Amino acid sequence: MTVPSLTFSRLRRELFATPVDSVITLALLGFLLAVGTAFLRWVLFQAQWAVIQANTTLFAVGRYPIEQQWRLWLLTGLLAAASGLCWGLLRGRGTWPRNDQLAAGILIALAVIGSWALKLELPIQLRWWGITALLLMVRWAAGRWSQALPAPLLRLVPLVWPVLYLVGMVLISGGLGLMRVPPGEWGGLLLTLLEASFAILLCFPLGILLALGRRSELPLLRWGSVVYIEFIRGAPLITLLFLGQNILGFLLPGGLAPDRVWRAAWVLTFFAAAYVAEAVRSGLVALPPGQLEAARSLGLPMHQALIHVVLPQALRVALPATVGQFITLLQDTTLLSLIGLLDLLGTARTVMANPEFLGKNAEVYLVLAVLFWCCCAALGLGSRALETRLNPLATSKA
Amino acid sequence: MPSPAVTPWWRNRRLIPWLVQGVAGLVVLVVVAFLVGNLVRNLTNAGLLLSWSWLGNPAGFDVSETLLPFNAELPYWRALLAGLVNTLRVVVAGLVGATVLGTLIGVAAFSSNGLLRRLARVYVELIRNIPLLLQLVFWYFVVFLSLPGGEQAIQLPGVVLAKSGLFLGKPELIDGVWHGQLRLTVEFGALLTGLVVYTAAFIAEVVRGGVASVPPGQWEASRSLGLTPLQTLQRIVLPQALRVIVPGLNSQYISLAKNSSLAVACGYTDLYSVAETTLNQTGRAVEVVLILLGSYLVIDLLISALMNGVNSWVQIKER
Repeated sequence: MTVPSLTFSRLRRELFATPVDSVITLALLGFLLAVGTAFLRWVLFQAQWAVIQANTTLFAVGRYPIEQQWRLWLLTGLLAAASGLCWGLLRGRGTWPRNDQLAAGILIALAVIGSWALKLELPIQLRWWGITALLLMVRWAAGRWSQALPAPLLRLVPLVWPVLYLVGMVLISGGLGLMRVPPGEWGGLLLTLLEASFAILLCFPLGILLALGRRSELPLLRWGSVVYIEFIRGAPLITLLFLGQNILGFLLPGGLAPDRVWRAAWVLTFFAAAYVAEAVRSGLVALPPGQLEAARSLGLPMHQALIHVVLPQALRVALPATVGQFITLLQDTTLLSLIGLLDLLGTARTVMANPEFLGKNAEVYLVLAVLFWCCCAALGLGSRALETRLNPLATSKA
Repeated sequence: MPSPAVTPWWRNRRLIPWLVQGVAGLVVLVVVAFLVGNLVRNLTNAGLLLSWSWLGNPAGFDVSETLLPFNAELPYWRALLAGLVNTLRVVVAGLVGATVLGTLIGVAAFSSNGLLRRLARVYVELIRNIPLLLQLVFWYFVVFLSLPGGEQAIQLPGVVLAKSGLFLGKPELIDGVWHGQLRLTVEFGALLTGLVVYTAAFIAEVVRGGVASVPPGQWEASRSLGLTPLQTLQRIVLPQALRVIVPGLNSQYISLAKNSSLAVACGYTDLYSVAETTLNQTGRAVEVVLILLGSYLVIDLLISALMNGVNSWVQIKER
C-alpha cells in the first residue's frame, strides 16, 4: 500500500474531477462549515455544562453510598494495574512502539484535560492522576522485566481477569466482611458497565452451546435450540425486559426471584445469547464439514473434536459478527432506563427532572452520546485488531 | 485375547444419543412443569388466572393520534388494536424512509467525489455507535420539542412544522395555534426520524456490501459499451447487487419493526405503550405479554413473507 500524499493534483482528482463533482464538493463544504461553526459556537459559548460538572458522581456510580466509594476506587486501581500488566506483557522487550506512545498520550490527556473539564474536586483529580500513573508504571515495569519471569508464571497471567471479576463483584456488592450495598443503589456508568459485562461474559458460552445445538444431529436438541433462538429473535428486547420484570416473580416460588437489577441482567444475557448463537452458527457453516469428519476419524471423541478442531476455526470466522453483537448489547443497556433502572440514561433522566437543570437535555445527551460512541468504536477497533492478529495468513507471514 | 464382540450398552452408538436426548428432554419437562406449576399457583393466589374476558371492559384511558376512532369508554381490545395500528403506521413509514435514505448513503460510498464518499462513511460510523434510544430521546426532547410555535413556525409551501406538529396541506393559524386537516404529531415525527436515521446507517452498509459484491469488470464493461454511470448503476450493477442486498434488508426491516417498540421513550402511543398502561391498570401480566409477543411475531413473519417474495423475484432466473 502506498502512503497517500495530499498533493494538489490528488485533491483535484478527488474533489473537482468534473463540474458536477465540483458543485457537490462546494455544496458539501458549505454545509459542513455551517454545521461545524454552529455546533462549535454552541459547545463553547451557549451550552451550560454545569449539569454535567455538578453531577459527575451521580453519572459515574449513581446512589452508591459515599462512605463505601473507596471500594470502587480500589477496583478501578486494580483494573488499571491489570490492564497495564497485560499491555506490557503483550508488547514485551521494554519497547514503546508508536501506537503505545499514542495510547499513553491519550490516557494522560484524558486524566488531565478530562478532570479539568469536568471541574472535579482536587482529591478526585489526584486519584485519577494516580490511577493513570499506576497503569503506565505497571505497563513499563511489565514490559521491562517480563523476560526475567519464568514461562509457567506468564501463562497464568490471563487468569488475572476472571479473578479480578470475582473480586470486583465482592467489592461492589459487599459480603466477606464488607458492608452490603444492594443492587438498587448501583447506578450510572457503574450499572451500565456491570450489566453489559455480565451479559457479555455469560451470553458467549450460552450462544456457542445454542449454535452447536442448532447444528446437532439429535433432533430434540436441534429443535429445542431452533425454537429458543427464533422465539428470542422474534421479540423486541423491551417486551422481554417487561416479561422479566412482571412475570418472573410469578414463575419462581415466593422470595426466590432475583432483584430487579439481576432480572434485567439475566434477560439481557438470554436475549444476547440467541443473537450470538446465530453469529457463531455463521462461523460453523463456513467451516468445511471435512474438518469434523477428519477429527472424528482420527479417533477424537465428539467433545474433543469440537473443542480442539471445530470451534477454534469457527469462532475466528464468527469473531466480527460476535463482537458486533457485544456492541449492540452495550447499546441495549440503555433500555434499562425504560423499566425504571438507573443506568446511564436512567440517571440522566433523573438529573434532568431536577428543576435546577431543567431543559439541559442537549448537553447531557451529547455527553452520553460521546461516551457510548467512544466505547463502541473502541470495541470495534479492538475486534478488527484481533481479527488481523488471529488471521492465519498474517501470522505465518510474521 | 480381547473380550467378546458384544459392545456394552454405554458404548452403543445408537442407544446413547437417544438416552442423552431423553434425559435432557426430561429435565426440560420437569423445569417447565415446575415453572408452570408456580405460575398457576401464584396467579390463582393473586386472583389473576388466565382469562381474556377483561379485554371487553372499558379501557378508561385515551390513545392519542390514532387512525381508528377511539375514546376512553371503548374496551381494552380496541385500545390495543389502536396501538397496533399506530405501530404499523410508524413501521411502514419507517421502512420506506430508511430504504430511501439508506440506499442513497450506501450508493454514495461509491461516488467519484472523495468528500461525499468519506461523509457516507462518517455517517454510518457515527450513527451505528450511538444507542438508538439515546438518538430517539435526542430527536424528541432536543430537536422536536424545541421547534418554534405560532408565528415563528417553519413554514414551507404546503408544509408547516411547528411545536404542535407537522401540518400538511393548508393549515391555518388561529389564536397562535396551528390547525389543519393533515397533522402529524411531534412524537410521531421524532420516532420516525430516529428510526429512519438509525436504520438507514445499517441499510447503507447492506447496500454497500451488495454493490461491492458486483465484480468491477461489470462496471468497466458497461462503461466501455458507452452507458452512462447512472445507466450502469441502474441496469447493470443494481440488478446483480439486489440478490445480495434483499436478504440483508429483510433482517434490517425486522429490526426496525422491533425497534419501533421504543416509541414509549418519545411519548408515541404504540402497541407497547398501550400494553404497558393496560398492565398497570389490570395487572394481567401474562395475557399482556402474550399479546405483545404474538403481535410482534406476526409483524416479523409478515415482513419476512414479503421479503421472501421480493427475493424470489430478484434472484437469477435459471433457464
